[in-house]
Amino acid sequence: MEQLIQQIINGISLGSIYALIALGYTMVYGIIKLINFAHGDIYMLGAYIGYFCMTTLKLGFLPSLIAAMLICTLIGMAVEKIAYKPLRNATRIAVLITAIGVSLFIEYGTMFFVGAGVRTYPEITGLLAKRFQFGSMVVSMQQIMIVATTIVLMTILQIIVRKTRIGKAMRAVSLDKDAAQLMGINVNTTISFTFALGSALAGAAGILVGVYYNSINPLMGVMPGLKAFVAAVLGGIGIIPGAMIGGYLIGIVEVFVSGYGSSMYREAVVFAILILILIVKPAGILGKNIREKV
Amino acid sequence: MVKGLKELLSLRKWFLLLFTFVIVQFLVQINVINDYLQATIATICINIILAVSLNLITGFTGQFSLGHAGFMSIGAYTCAIILLRVPSTGGFLAGLLSGAVLAALVGFLVGLPTLRLRGDYLAIATLGMSEIIRIIFLNLEITNGAAGLSGIPRFTNWFYLFVFMAGTILLISNFLRSSHGRACISVREDEIAAEAMGINATRYKVTAFTIGAFCAGIAGALYAGYFYFLKPSTFGFLKSIDILVIVVLGGMGSLSGSVLAAILLALISTFLQDFPDLRMVLYSLMLIIIMIFRPQGLMGSKELSLKMLTGLGRNLLPSRKGGE
Repeated sequence: MEQLIQQIINGISLGSIYALIALGYTMVYGIIKLINFAHGDIYMLGAYIGYFCMTTLKLGFLPSLIAAMLICTLIGMAVEKIAYKPLRNATRIAVLITAIGVSLFIEYGTMFFVGAGVRTYPEITGLLAKRFQFGSMVVSMQQIMIVATTIVLMTILQIIVRKTRIGKAMRAVSLDKDAAQLMGINVNTTISFTFALGSALAGAAGILVGVYYNSINPLMGVMPGLKAFVAAVLGGIGIIPGAMIGGYLIGIVEVFVSGYGSSMYREAVVFAILILILIVKPAGILGKNIREKV
Repeated sequence: MVKGLKELLSLRKWFLLLFTFVIVQFLVQINVINDYLQATIATICINIILAVSLNLITGFTGQFSLGHAGFMSIGAYTCAIILLRVPSTGGFLAGLLSGAVLAALVGFLVGLPTLRLRGDYLAIATLGMSEIIRIIFLNLEITNGAAGLSGIPRFTNWFYLFVFMAGTILLISNFLRSSHGRACISVREDEIAAEAMGINATRYKVTAFTIGAFCAGIAGALYAGYFYFLKPSTFGFLKSIDILVIVVLGGMGSLSGSVLAAILLALISTFLQDFPDLRMVLYSLMLIIIMIFRPQGLMGSKELSLKMLTGLGRNLLPSRKGGE
């Protein structure tokens, strides 16, 4: 029983990371129907920016988090401006190939500048290094911090999307781009803002992973990126609460498969779940099935 | 057209095929084409098979697949496992055939449920499928896990590469000109309209998917028989992307475009070999720039009928005038 709860706690920590990345995927997909393959790499950049803030600049966790989020926001917006905006009216597959190109460019560009080797985050001291013991269960301060940061960020995101003008514009554009434009919404600004929000969350996820798992490398974004996309599809793509649910589910499933089955198969199980959900309910857990009209 | 002339033309096609084959064979014999060039040619031929077969699925039938490397790996591993036990030409051919059939079988079984999905959902489902295949190979004992299979005897030579490459192109271009192929194209154009015209869309999608998987299995088997060594990470997500890039770069719905793009990309990759650090950076930049300035690919959906290409492309793939 205690082991079960321990696994759930670990799963929630991991799931928080997936949920943060999945939010970016789901928002971008919701608004321009693009699987932004470069998103996982923005997350990797977040981890590296956090690393340099903490080692070279010797900043604390919170300033590093904010720095990583800010820089990732800028990078995300730049990627959208340079690579995706010229393709607004191109076929979906052309944009997808571009996204893959951007992803490879970020991965191998980073590798060129910082080397392909694994880097280790600095040892955490002070408050963040604390661990709480309940019987045989261990909850580390880092896990609490990951979950807390995620909840805070998601709350902020919900407020932005639900309560502000730009959030309203985002929802309008994702519902119907042309109609939104006719209503006087600046679609380009809205799309840019969506990328900014998503990239900030990915950057935050990157630094959280760096602190939690300690080691980072230029290709670390590929698998979590794919799994976060699976999470977004699982929850219902384009739906923000869906991405959160999907992220936590994937995290918990992965930890359970590693804990009780074979860790070698944990990714296979994630993808198997994806295929099953696509076959059974392609719109995802929270999605509604829409019949295609002629 | 006069019947006699038609026969003459089709004769010329075979003659040119034979000519291309003999020339390269001769150059290999007299060592003008060294080992390195031969490996490049093998890569090109294998990539052409992969790209042409993916083009059938993605370009002509409109089903967006990101899992072609999965089918390739099935062909490769099946052939390698058989070759390691029966190292003879017979073993190679048996391995090649069973690899292709197995890949087609998996393609059929996976395609049946997933091809109901559309667009990006299908892409993600096929991506998931190929990842699952890779992870299974990573964990099986017979495939020797992450270490992979090594010491596979080399049986793939220019003869097999050429025969199977030409065979694949012929198979697919003839398929596309049959009523089944037309049905596939109509599914791409408008699935609902096609169904209204009495075309069983699912059936044709699965047919295209199975044929594509079969050819990918052949390509995988040729790969196993050439490069001595197989490991699961060769057939990851990136390999599927590589194949898709060839298809999109050449032009979706253009077989000669796929052939051209496969050759072009191999040349670029050979050229970039001199800059190992920047290779992938330049490759990705090129990809982005091409997509921004020419999103329809080199050929669009046209077929090459210029005289500049070897007789192979010109004669195997006469341009489909009008139509579509």
